[in-house]
Amino acid sequence: MSLFEIKNLKKSFDDKEVLKDISLKVEKGEVICIIGPSGSGKSTLLRCSTNLETYDGGEIIFDGTLGLVFQNFNLFPHHTVMKNITHAPIKVQKRNKDEVYKEARALLKKFSLEDKEDSYPCNLSGGEKQRVSIARALAMNPDILFFDEPTSALDPELTVEVLRVIRKLAEEKMTMIIVTHEMNFARNVGDYIIFMDDGYIIEEGSPDEVFNSNNHRMDEFLGKLGE
Amino acid sequence: MMLESMLIQLCKGMLTSIEIFVFTLLLSLPLGLVIAWGRMSNIKPIRLLMKVYISIMRGTPLMLQLIVVFFAPYYIFGISTSSQFRIIAVIMAFSINYAAYFAEIYRGGIESIPKGQYEAAQILGYSKFETFFIIILPQVIKIVLPSITNEIITLVKDTSLSFVLAIPEMFTVAKQIAAAQASITALLVAGVFYYIFNMIVALLMEAIEEELDYYD
Ligand SMILES: Nc1ncnc2c1ncn2[C@@H]1O[C@H](COP(=O)(O)OP(=O)(O)OP(=O)(O)O)[C@@H](O)[C@H]1O
Ligand SMILES: [Mg+2]
Repeated sequence: MSLFEIKNLKKSFDDKEVLKDISLKVEKGEVICIIGPSGSGKSTLLRCSTNLETYDGGEIIFDGTLGLVFQNFNLFPHHTVMKNITHAPIKVQKRNKDEVYKEARALLKKFSLEDKEDSYPCNLSGGEKQRVSIARALAMNPDILFFDEPTSALDPELTVEVLRVIRKLAEEKMTMIIVTHEMNFARNVGDYIIFMDDGYIIEEGSPDEVFNSNNHRMDEFLGKLGE
Repeated sequence: MMLESMLIQLCKGMLTSIEIFVFTLLLSLPLGLVIAWGRMSNIKPIRLLMKVYISIMRGTPLMLQLIVVFFAPYYIFGISTSSQFRIIAVIMAFSINYAAYFAEIYRGGIESIPKGQYEAAQILGYSKFETFFIIILPQVIKIVLPSITNEIITLVKDTSLSFVLAIPEMFTVAKQIAAAQASITALLVAGVFYYIFNMIVALLMEAIEEELDYYD
């Protein structure tokens, strides 16, 4: 059985059908990158997967903890970096405080944030904020981690440091579903690529298969990105 | 009347003013939050009811509200009230009036918190209750504090309206003394009192604002 599975998912906003018939399977340790033009339904798919949005048809089969990394971080501005990371594991998951702190410090070290423990989000760069938000998601020990364009709000030089962190997680076999506009990243890090357009999955497969396909919508999309 | 006895009477009045002030805040600050919730409720009748309530409280004179609250038990329910009821009526009237203003301030603050804060909290597994009190409210308090300070300063001065119910607070006492002496000395002393009271309130609120200034 797959770790996470979506079967024939359908979602409309008012009378606008945004997800038309989406099915997808995620195996443990797999990194799936979702690409596609603006408005194709990528965020909606993630929001339905993470229960931020209800859906109208189909089903999502998953039993476990999930995390979501947002484009604009959504860190809690009144909590320090440390509290942002540790509060939910301690208060929601009721885990041992010392253990959670130890894990959080290890995460901060891994993401080169060890000196930011007591900082507030407002004093961090965008790249640092995103790394903290990834650490916050990981501290919950999720079985699967979703990313919605984690670098779209960042300058190119900050994008690199965040992508490096995600790449590191991929090497450690973290299960991830990543919506991204970074085509090189998707090609290099993704085990499986999904190309969405207009609420459908148009192409899917290994990076080589998808990026070398002759699908004209795929070509059009990559052409627009200047590939 | 001797200066000394005048000051003693004014001091007693001052304590009554402070009593009205403190109890009004203790009641209206939390009540305002409850009204703000009602005003933002998903249930339409509750939302409408709170909207009407707020508009009445803000659209009619506070002095009239004081009188209505005081006489309502008698005229509506035929209950005769004791003289102790005066001070209770005053605190009740002030509380329900100020709660309406606080509710609108809270609502503005709550609505200014980005949706992403709720979504991040939901993903992390916080309950609705935890999300509000741990994530949202602390941010709201910081945002609304300057507006709350304005209302509190107005309240200090508004306590003098209690004279319509002949509550022996600062202003009522000062007015009586002034009339008896045919001199405005007592009123001037009362003016100094309100001014100092408000200075202390302003300093206190400033200190709280600074305390919350650890992030922006
Ligand atoms: N809450 C909503 N209410 C109404 N329509 C919505 C809502 N959220 C999304 N939509 C619509 O659904 C469609 C898909 O949006 P979605 O955000 O999923 O696209 P996307 O693929 O993530 O695009 P982008 O690359 O720009 O982020 C769009 O047409 C959008 O306008
Ligand atoms: Mg999107």
